[in-house]
Amino acid sequence: MTRFAVPLALFALWWGVTASGRIKSYQLASPADVVRELLDLAQHGLLWRDLGASVERVAAGFAIALILALVLGSLVGGSRAAERALDPTLQAIRSVPSLAWVPLILLWLGIGEPAKITLVAIGAFFPIYVALVAGIRGVDRKLVEVGAAFGLSRVALIARVLVPATLPQLLVGARIGLTQAWLFLVAAELLAATTGLGFLLTDGQQTSRTDEIFVAIILFALCGKLSESGMRWLERRLVGWTDTVAAS
Amino acid sequence: MTRHVVAGEHAARLRGVRKAFGTHLVFDGIDLDVERGERVAILGASGCGKSTLLRCVAGLERPDAGTIATGGEIGIVFQEPRLFPWLDVERNVAFPARSAQERERVANVLALVGLSHAATRLPKQLSGGMAQRAALARALVRDPHLLLLDEPFAALDALRRIELRSAVREILALTRASAILVTHDVDDALTLADRVVVLAGSPAEIAFSGNVGETATRAAILDALGVEDHAGHVRRLGVKR
Repeated sequence: MTRFAVPLALFALWWGVTASGRIKSYQLASPADVVRELLDLAQHGLLWRDLGASVERVAAGFAIALILALVLGSLVGGSRAAERALDPTLQAIRSVPSLAWVPLILLWLGIGEPAKITLVAIGAFFPIYVALVAGIRGVDRKLVEVGAAFGLSRVALIARVLVPATLPQLLVGARIGLTQAWLFLVAAELLAATTGLGFLLTDGQQTSRTDEIFVAIILFALCGKLSESGMRWLERRLVGWTDTVAAS
Repeated sequence: MTRHVVAGEHAARLRGVRKAFGTHLVFDGIDLDVERGERVAILGASGCGKSTLLRCVAGLERPDAGTIATGGEIGIVFQEPRLFPWLDVERNVAFPARSAQERERVANVLALVGLSHAATRLPKQLSGGMAQRAALARALVRDPHLLLLDEPFAALDALRRIELRSAVREILALTRASAILVTHDVDDALTLADRVVVLAGSPAEIAFSGNVGETATRAAILDALGVEDHAGHVRRLGVKR
């Protein structure tokens, strides 16, 4: 019960402050206004349009990031030569705050979908890449030796020992990457968008509609929480065998 | 080095095997024959190179010179269980299996090591002794001609050690597989092996080789290991109480 105490208190405070009439609705919309706005957007189909647009961008950007991270991470984690060739460059790029790429992306790709998806992909890529490389490096050499002792081929060794041994780290990286994807989506949609949850934010700001802003924030929170829970579910399903406190 | 399958009476045949790590020569000119069905214990102090020799036979280390020939399948048990944490006991044991026939043996070897009841458990749910039994079952699943045991009891407490040692003894008797057991424990060697080989010196060489029940007595082995057997010494001197 205690876990609900603080949210309920905050909600009561919100309700009380807006009901007292001391704060104008363009500064803080009341809970009722927010619900009304949510229903209104839903009725006009705008809710699904904006939610759909944002989810699509996150999905596309995350998928691209995942594929690139799998390819580059496997190369760098699996081969010292590839590490020497690629890792310094990738680490240098990683040390640039990712939003610093925004002007370049806008210049090169314009303000359309590719620019937004690229930004999301940049945000999601590095956590996955770093986790995968660390995961491959951290594989217990003794387990690899068991595979070798039982005469596994190189391909079988990768499929039956390295991949499962790396999976826990990869899933953690993917979970953080997905959170990052939502973060970068907001940045992308704040810059230039005519659809999406970020568009609701800027639209609300420009028309002084705090109810619209709150709807967007609540939806962002829901999406973030849902993707986080989904990834954690996947972790429990796939790597419940790990001998950690969290898994038991 | 060359590796080829030997026919005939030998499960393993080593000739002039040499291994060095950098400038450190571990051993040189090791000759050793393991006959079919024979259990050989290689005894030696820690760091004498006995595990390295076993790893050469297993193909995990490449000797710098000499030849090692083994006949057919090899099964190996390491000092630690080295089970795959993402597979349950049954799948761990089935890991080396390549044919339907070998997969059918899984239930048999699990029963042999007394783990039938734990087939669906994950390694994290096993005690040290159970995990090592599972590792033993995994080594047996392909019905190996040669079983390599690298200090398989070293990580266990004294009671589990006795338990697993007698289990291994029974299993070796049942399977009639040849075995090479690497250990630093004289009792392990005398309980499990037909023949004891002592590796000593630096670079290591075979300081002693004898059959259990014949020349391989505790005193002879300890002597070859360079261990002062104080009680024996006192007896020989004829000191009266």
